[in-house]
Amino acid sequence: MVALIPYITLAWLVPAFPLVGFLITSLAKNKLKHNQAGIIASTMVALSFITSVFLFFILNSSGQDSATLTLFNWVSAGDLKIPFALLIDHLSLVMMLIITGIGALIHIYSIGYMRDDERVNSFFAQMNLFTFSMLLLVMGANYLILFIGWEGVGFCSYLLIGFWFKNPAFNYAARKAFVMNRIGDLGFILGIILLFFTFKSVSFNEVFSQAATLQSGAPILTLITLLLLVGAVGKSAQIPLFTWLPDAMAGPTPVSALIHAATMVTAGIYMIARSSILYNLAPITSNVMIILGLTTAIITAIVGLRQNDIKKVLAYSTVSQLGYMFLALGLGAYSAAIFHVTTHAFFKALLFLGAGSIIHAMGGEQDIRKMGGLRSKMPITFLTFLIATLAISGIPPFSGFFSKDLILTKAFEISPWLYALALGGALITCFYMFRLFYLVFFGNQRLSSAHPHESPRVMTVPLMVLSVLSLFGGFLNIPALFGGDSGFENFLHKAVTSKESGEISSATEVGLIIVSLSLLGIIIVLAYRTYVKKSTVPAADGAPSSLIARIVANKFYLDEIFAALIEKPFGRLSDFLFKSVEVKVLDSAVDGVGTLTSRLGSLVRRLQQGNISFYLFAMVAGILLFIIFILFV
Amino acid sequence: MKELSSAIQLIPLENYIFLSVALFSIGMMGVLFRRNTIAILMCLELMFNSVNLLLTAFSAYHSDPSGQVFVFFIMIVAAAEVAVGLSIVVMMKRNVDSIDINLLNRLKW
Amino acid sequence: MIFLFYLLSTIMIVCALLVVFSKNPINNVIYLILCFIAMAGHYILLNAQFLAVVHIIVYTGAIMVLFLFVIMLLNLNKAIIIRKSTVTRVSAVITGGIFFLVLLAATRQTFEIHAKYPFNSEIGLVSGIGKTLFGEFLLPFEISSILFISAMVGAMMFGKKDA
Repeated sequence: MVALIPYITLAWLVPAFPLVGFLITSLAKNKLKHNQAGIIASTMVALSFITSVFLFFILNSSGQDSATLTLFNWVSAGDLKIPFALLIDHLSLVMMLIITGIGALIHIYSIGYMRDDERVNSFFAQMNLFTFSMLLLVMGANYLILFIGWEGVGFCSYLLIGFWFKNPAFNYAARKAFVMNRIGDLGFILGIILLFFTFKSVSFNEVFSQAATLQSGAPILTLITLLLLVGAVGKSAQIPLFTWLPDAMAGPTPVSALIHAATMVTAGIYMIARSSILYNLAPITSNVMIILGLTTAIITAIVGLRQNDIKKVLAYSTVSQLGYMFLALGLGAYSAAIFHVTTHAFFKALLFLGAGSIIHAMGGEQDIRKMGGLRSKMPITFLTFLIATLAISGIPPFSGFFSKDLILTKAFEISPWLYALALGGALITCFYMFRLFYLVFFGNQRLSSAHPHESPRVMTVPLMVLSVLSLFGGFLNIPALFGGDSGFENFLHKAVTSKESGEISSATEVGLIIVSLSLLGIIIVLAYRTYVKKSTVPAADGAPSSLIARIVANKFYLDEIFAALIEKPFGRLSDFLFKSVEVKVLDSAVDGVGTLTSRLGSLVRRLQQGNISFYLFAMVAGILLFIIFILFV
Repeated sequence: MKELSSAIQLIPLENYIFLSVALFSIGMMGVLFRRNTIAILMCLELMFNSVNLLLTAFSAYHSDPSGQVFVFFIMIVAAAEVAVGLSIVVMMKRNVDSIDINLLNRLKW
Repeated sequence: MIFLFYLLSTIMIVCALLVVFSKNPINNVIYLILCFIAMAGHYILLNAQFLAVVHIIVYTGAIMVLFLFVIMLLNLNKAIIIRKSTVTRVSAVITGGIFFLVLLAATRQTFEIHAKYPFNSEIGLVSGIGKTLFGEFLLPFEISSILFISAMVGAMMFGKKDA
């Protein structure tokens, strides 16, 4: 037993380190030499990782469930009292460890990756700010602090996606990410307002203790949870707001890794897991989440089949995996969702950093049709990428197997159909990941101009660390079936209230695992035969293809549907408002005020022409009126 | 002197109030009426003195010397005012060769 | 005695009106001096002998002589033709009349006038004034000397040729 209170005050250091790093690197960005900014930024994130680890052990040995650290009173107006407080419990600690741990590795990797960029100092400043915002998001003790971090994350992603702002397409991608997030944020902030309206508080503790007294399925709770869900859908890139995430590939590859693995997209999952008490009381919202998650997982997996840009494939796989997390959230298995967030953070960071290494080696080329035969040229990248691919496909004993199997089992408990659909999505994921893997590393090199080479040590060491994590991350939560104690889930149960679910027999469970594994094996062999034995290369962009293939390649025309349904009418409305309302009504009203003022001014100006006699008259008149007013009014 | 000192009891205080109000109004009318700066200054003196008269009357009727002391102070202020005012008139005459108050419209700058 | 009051009052008002309406500055000054002398008579009627004497000395003796001096210095002793427009002059008279009426109405409205205080003929004498002046009002009296110095300096500043 360790007393929690004296040590928990250190919690403010965790977000403070990246903030200090941001201040140093941004204020001194013209003074710092080439590698200094990266070293400072990485050190800061690593320091906050160490602090997080320290807090983790303190909390574990204290036996307490949570602790709140109030830094200062932020807002105090009438009923509204919002302290600037940090909440340390098992959930936020897991998120802090992911963010700072993975974030530190990505920062170190970036030192190598961004070495030749001229704005490298700004890059590290923005990365640190990004980490800071995300830490604030997961550590806040009320919805408003969470919202600050939420918005900060959105803003930093805008900066980083549009980091190479000289390319207009990249700017467009950044804007798209920002606007899509903004749509979600609108729902989120409405949800917070409604929360305050209902519970007269935005603090987690008070809201949850009051909400527990409400009846399950209360309409106000359903409305609140749906609004919060809109925010999560925007931030975590679910249908229909997912299209920004694949476009966010415009940013430098470490940024993609940071967005996909450690920060940003996990924010929505975290927020819903944090509000698990509310979501348990809103069965309608849970069903909506199941449908959303499953549709997203399958549709984006299908889209991923036809993508030829290495980063786009990974982006669609992220959206698909996020769909699984939403499925788990909808099923009430919040700790399973957070577990998948954790393992996904390991292997997705690894995949992206590996992809960055490949792109680096290929001299900026991102099209997998032009790669191939990199196995011998880049052995470390090859091995680590293999581990990550096996992990995301769900092959035991890699980490992805444990988390994905947990979600699939939960789905089977609800309905075999859900299980079948989710398994189908997983099989598709497996197929396109191996397609990517075979195309990149096997066969012959198809681009003659590039001279691939292994990346420097500063980039490969994070890869190796992450591959160890991807390999063994799953052992954090060994299910009872394999003689484990589900340690991760039990750890989180202190902070997150998962729904009780019916038990299924271990025989069924073993059967399910055998079915899924044999199907995965078939898929891998199939991919091997298609892309290695026959060395099929996907057709070029302009080549004729079937209707379905075209639909898939164009992401089901979702961008076009958005354009037709929302963008065009909105554009026309704006045009109408501009031409008739803005120009004719608002402009003339504003101009009228100006004209009136200047006319009045030139009228009154005549009073001020310096004529003393007139002044005297005015003065006497004033005195007269004053006396009359005093006496007779 | 005995007769004089009792005269006050025959004259009602209202008479003094009316007299000084009349004087004050005449002085103010003069200020508005004249353009000659010196004449305006003289009308100002007239207004000062109407107030002095009223203060003295109140002081006498209330048997309180403070009123008369205030008259004394007003005379001090008036003397200072006249000194400064007249020097302004001299300077004005020297600069614009006129003492017409309307020529002082440069005050607007 | 009431006859004396009305006589002095008539002289004062007539002289005051002449100050306003006569055109020659020299005449203005003369009428004003007459007006002030009548006012000194009023002071004596009110048993304010000290004030009467000071009034004659300060106003008629010093201030009005100063006026005359300036008029002579600037060579303004002929009728000045500058005049305001008829509208201004009529409106000035009307404004003055209204002011008079309003002030009268004010005195009628505000209080009832009566002299019920025990009469004391000593307060207007030099000793009475002096005791108050150097007792209760010593500090303002001393400060007024600063006012005089600053007025003197100001007048000299204005009077300098190259100011």
